[in-house]
Formats: sequence, C-alpha cells, structure tokens
Amino acid sequence: MFKIGAMEMDGTVAQPLTKIIKPSYGWMPIRLDAIWAHRELLYFLVWRDIKVRYKQTLLGVLWTVLQPLMLMVAFSIFFGRLAKVPSDGLPYPVFTFCALIPWQLFSQALTQASNSLVTNDRLITKVYFPRLVIPLSAVLSGLVDFLIAFIILLTLMIYYGISPTSALWTIPIFVLLAVVSALAVGLWLSALNVRYRDVRYTIPFITQFWLFVSPVAYPSSIVPEPWGWVYALNPMAGVIEGFRWALLGKTEGPGSELVLSFAVVVALFIGGLYYFRRMEKTFADVV
Amino acid sequence: MSHIAIRAEGLSKFYRIGGRERYYTLRDSLARSFTVPFRWFRNGRQPAAVDCQSPVNPTLRSVNGNAQFIWALKDVSFEVKQGEVVGVIGRNGAGKSTLLKILAEITEPTTGWAEIRGRVGSLLEVGTGFHPELTGRENIYLNGAILGMKKAEINHKFDEIVAFAEIEKFLDTPVKHYSSGMYMRLAFSVAAHLEPEILLVDEVLAVGDAAFQKKCLGKMGDVANEGRTVIFVSHNLAAIAQSCEHGVLIHEGCVKKQGRINEVVQEYIGAAATSGSCVEPTAVEHVTGLNGIQVRKVKLVNGLADSFSVLWKQPLHLTIDIEVTKPLHNISFGLGVATLDGVAIFTVHNTDLSNELWSLAPGVYQISVKVHNQLRAGMYNLILGAHEAIAKTSIFYIPDAIRLEVATPTDAQDLYFEHNAGIVNGSSTWMLSNHLQGTSGDCMLISR
Repeated sequence: MFKIGAMEMDGTVAQPLTKIIKPSYGWMPIRLDAIWAHRELLYFLVWRDIKVRYKQTLLGVLWTVLQPLMLMVAFSIFFGRLAKVPSDGLPYPVFTFCALIPWQLFSQALTQASNSLVTNDRLITKVYFPRLVIPLSAVLSGLVDFLIAFIILLTLMIYYGISPTSALWTIPIFVLLAVVSALAVGLWLSALNVRYRDVRYTIPFITQFWLFVSPVAYPSSIVPEPWGWVYALNPMAGVIEGFRWALLGKTEGPGSELVLSFAVVVALFIGGLYYFRRMEKTFADVV
Repeated sequence: MSHIAIRAEGLSKFYRIGGRERYYTLRDSLARSFTVPFRWFRNGRQPAAVDCQSPVNPTLRSVNGNAQFIWALKDVSFEVKQGEVVGVIGRNGAGKSTLLKILAEITEPTTGWAEIRGRVGSLLEVGTGFHPELTGRENIYLNGAILGMKKAEINHKFDEIVAFAEIEKFLDTPVKHYSSGMYMRLAFSVAAHLEPEILLVDEVLAVGDAAFQKKCLGKMGDVANEGRTVIFVSHNLAAIAQSCEHGVLIHEGCVKKQGRINEVVQEYIGAAATSGSCVEPTAVEHVTGLNGIQVRKVKLVNGLADSFSVLWKQPLHLTIDIEVTKPLHNISFGLGVATLDGVAIFTVHNTDLSNELWSLAPGVYQISVKVHNQLRAGMYNLILGAHEAIAKTSIFYIPDAIRLEVATPTDAQDLYFEHNAGIVNGSSTWMLSNHLQGTSGDCMLISR
C-alpha cells in the first residue's frame, strides 16, 4: 500500500503493471516486445553457451576450425582430386571451404536450436520468460564460431591469391539468411522435440541429408536448367552460392532464385513462430 | 480502490498422473489416436484428485497400467492484498507447487483466471540455470538474469550478494568445485536479492546449514517488512508461522482454509490429528485397488486417552482389522512411518524376522503388531500396505489416512529435548576413563 501511494505521488507509475493469467486457446500473437524485454537474458544465455562450449577441452576453440578444415581436406581429395567434381574454375579446397563455413553455421545452429528446449528443461519448468529466447540464443551463439572460421577462410584465400570481390558487403545478408533458415527449421523441430523425442534422432539425419542437397562439395551449376528453381527452394543453395559469388567472385551472382529462397525461409520462419507460440504453453508440462 | 495484488478465481489444472504430462513418441501418438474412445469409455468417471507423489512407495501406484488423470488444482480462489505475506501449506502433492507455477506463468491453468498487479519474481528453485563450469562470479550474473534482474541491477548488488553468500575467496572458482553448502548459499543469495513487487517462493528454506537457514529467514523477514507481497510455499510450519500473517491451506487441489496463519496452521495440524484411537480408512484412502483386502479398522491399543497418540518412548501397539474377500497367498504386510511432509522414517514388515509369508482365506482377521518407537514428539503419517510377495503386486496401500501423534513427555524437565535434535531419538552409552589413574577410576555417565 505504501508503495502504491509513493508511486502515485511522484507520478512515475500511475498504475502497477496488471496482467491476467488465463487459459489460452488456438493461435497466439507473436510478442516481439516480450523478447525485447528479455534481451539481457538472451545476451547472458548466448554468453553462457560460448563460455561453456569449449571448457575442459584440450583443443578448445580450435575445434571450430578443425571440423571444416578436415572436411575440406577429405572433400578436396575425394571429390576434387579423385572424382573430378567441377569447381567453377576455382581451386577446389577454397571452393569447398567457402561453402563449409556457412554450412557449418547453419547445421550447428539448426542442431543446437532443435535440442535447445530439451537441454534447458530446468529453466523451462522453473522460470517464466518467453521461450523463444532459448532457440534464439542457441542460434546466435554459433555466430562466434562462424567469425573465427571466417578468418581462417580469409587466410586460405590469401594463400591461394584470391581477393574478395566488391560484393563483400553482401556477406552479412547471406549470413542472416543462413541464421534465419536455421532458426525457422529449428523452431519447428525444437517445439516438436519437446513432445516427440523422435526428433532428437532425426536431426543428424536431416543435417546430413541437407548437406548432400546443398552445393557444398559441388557447384550448383551442375544442376540442369529446368530444375534450377526447384533447387533454389533450398535456401542454403542461395547462401552458399552467395558466399562464393561475394568472396571468390567466379560464379554468377545470385538472381531470381535467391528471391525464392527468401520467400521459402520467410514462410517457414513465420509458420515456425506461430507453431512455437502455440506449443509454448505446454512446454513446462511436457518437457 | 482496493489494493489487491493477486486475485485468483476458480483456478484449476488438469494433469495426467505423475504430475507432468509424459512425452510421446510419434508411434505412441498414432497408437493413442486409435484407443482414445475406448479409454474414455473405461475411465468414464470424473478424475479423482489423487496424491501422485507419495514418497513411501511410488511403485505401488502405477500398478494398473491405465492412464489416470488428476486435478492438481480444482477451483482455487483467493485474494492477496498488497504487502501481505501469505504462506501456502498442504501435504505433498496437494497442488501447492502447481499453484505457484500458474501464478508464475510457467504453466497455464486449465480453467479459471488470476489477475496479478505488479512485477512478479518467482523462486521455485534456487540456483536455476547455474552452470557447473562457470565461476561463482559468472553464475551470479547468469542466474540473476534468469531470475529477471537487469545487468545494472546485478552490478549494483554484486558485492552484497557475495558478502551474503560468504564466498568471497571462491568467486573465481567454477561452482562445480564448490561444496554443496557453498553452492546453495550462493544460489540463495542471488535469489534473496531479487526485488520484485510480488515474490513467489517455493521451499527454498530447505537449503544450507542451520545457521544459514536462520540468516535466510531473517532475509525473508526483511522482505516482508519492505512491504512486498510474498507467497511462500513450505513444509516448514515454523518458518511459515514466523514469516507469514496469512495462510492458505490446500488439500487435494482445493482450498480448504484461508485466513490468519495461526488458524490455518491449526487447521492443518488438526486435520492431521486423527480423532479417537481408532481409524477406519475409507475405500478412497485405499490408494491401490481393493485387491482382496479391505482394512476395516486400525486401533492404537496403548493410545493416550481416546486419541491416536502414544507417549514418547512407548512402543506402538496396533491392531488392524481386515476383511479378506478372496483367497490370498504369500502376503506380506507392511507398516511405515513418515513425517507429514513425506520423509519416510522407517518401514517394517511381518516378514522382517520370520520370513514367513501369510496365506489368508476369505474372512475377517485381526493383525496385532508392536513397533519399537524411537520417534520424537510430533505428528507423523502412518502408512499401511500389503503385497503379494512372489508376483510383487500390491494388495492394498493406505498412504495418507492415519495420523500418529507422539506426545511430549509430561516431565518437561527432561534435558533430552533441550539438547538433542533430529527426527528420532538417539540412544547412546558413554564412558569416560582417566588413563592416569588406571582403570579403577572408570565412571559411566548416561545410558538411554
């Protein structure tokens, strides 16, 4: 009572915050303001993931670059040297590494986001906050790994004497597309994972499958013409070709296919947001 | 205008048994969609409010594999005024925590609504989100953010939090190297510095050593004096009575009483005290089925003046009248004593010494049992059960119907209570020898 009186007197808060708790039905509006209000929590969760990720490992942050580097070596030998997969006239190692970097960002983000709700079950059952913060933080924490790997890519380009094109400034757009794609799929899978633990076992398969349908080991130019637009339904095709175009400068710039990729991602993302919102209220009871 | 901080109207929450809904595999889901109509047919009656977290023998409960449903909360309505400190009491599984979870927006009510005026902070667990690999310093920030504090706020209170937790020296040590006491102190300290207008607290005082508990209670008292609204769930009746003015008693999901804390605590203890030296368990109180035995009457033979209470150090002498409705073989009877908040103290079985299982033809029987009693004065829960020992199936199980009181000795000058703590009486024999004077100087001190 004292508090209310005081607040009314100095006029800063006329009425205390009032909220109604009641059962909700059907589709809920997306509360972006609630996410914004919890931005500090988002920051701390990302910070925690980054801090903890390589604790008590021998190689630490080296793991970030080791994985794509090893894959690059394997791909270069088997696809580049032995299978003679074309690489748009670029040295095969840099051609494939340039794709592995955004690919790793995407697949890590997707995996982390999909498992995020289940691994953070303690938070979900004991504290209230918009649950969207959890997959969001899982996706964002992958960006630091990406930055480190990106520096290695630049080093590799220097080694091969390739300089980035003037379209370098478009890289953030492609990074954004990769992250939003991962989040879009991650939202669906994380919400499903809470109820159906089958999802946990599907995720490695999904990422592996997706790797093969993305132009990581091969250029998308080998996809015959009438199928080009079908291929563009995979947003990672646009992201990877975008990276090669902006950094290595040998392939054609992304065109109308990229618009299709964006459309697919946006549709998937908005659908994912609403599905997540709808399922959110049951997480604490089911997880 | 009324200064109501929380108003709840008809809050109800429906769960599948086990307190949480289980998760499904897709295959289950498909299978269920075919069997749902049949199951509704079978379990057609109203779901009963059942205590689903019985501490003593949880396995007995899932014996019949059918899905069971419970109303964890049923039509709960109450009001809390601004600045009130309200204690919520009730037995294990009565729905106290579910109520807090609904008010904290962690889970939604199935029906009903609540209106909350003010910024809510919830403390359902101390140390939520603590990461073992992070240092004390890092965890203060992480946990603070999870509990809803702003970074600036944590910066501001950082020194206070560290000082309260008494962990200055270990601030930069990963908390996985902390002792459990240090860990809990740090966790509570962060939580104690949360400053919302409405604070929801669940069972957090069950942490740390006695001295730290006292300090926490002091801190809770401060919170109350600052004019904040607090809802406080605990089994610790002393703590509740000390820090709350008002109370709500929840019994099987329903509000049984609300009002001044003393009256509510009285009601709770009163409900616990069974009147008379006999108890006649109802069919409902036989939690697992009536598979051939129904308990008619439980009598405390040496009970004090028409009550189900026994004097301290006196053995429990019980007679149990049962009716057997079908032939039974290899039956083992058991009896247990638990604290009111569900901590099992001991169990005994008729097979403990003899290993002899009983076979029973239909009819009426009386079982007589004497139990050595080391319980300290207080209220306890007497649990009865029987199972078929070969197939390990439950015959009956009564976890929550009989309250046993162990009465304080009348000769209150007894130093034992003043000096000793715990749930049970210890007994010990002490010797003191003076080695310098040889063995002749031995003296015996106390034998209990």
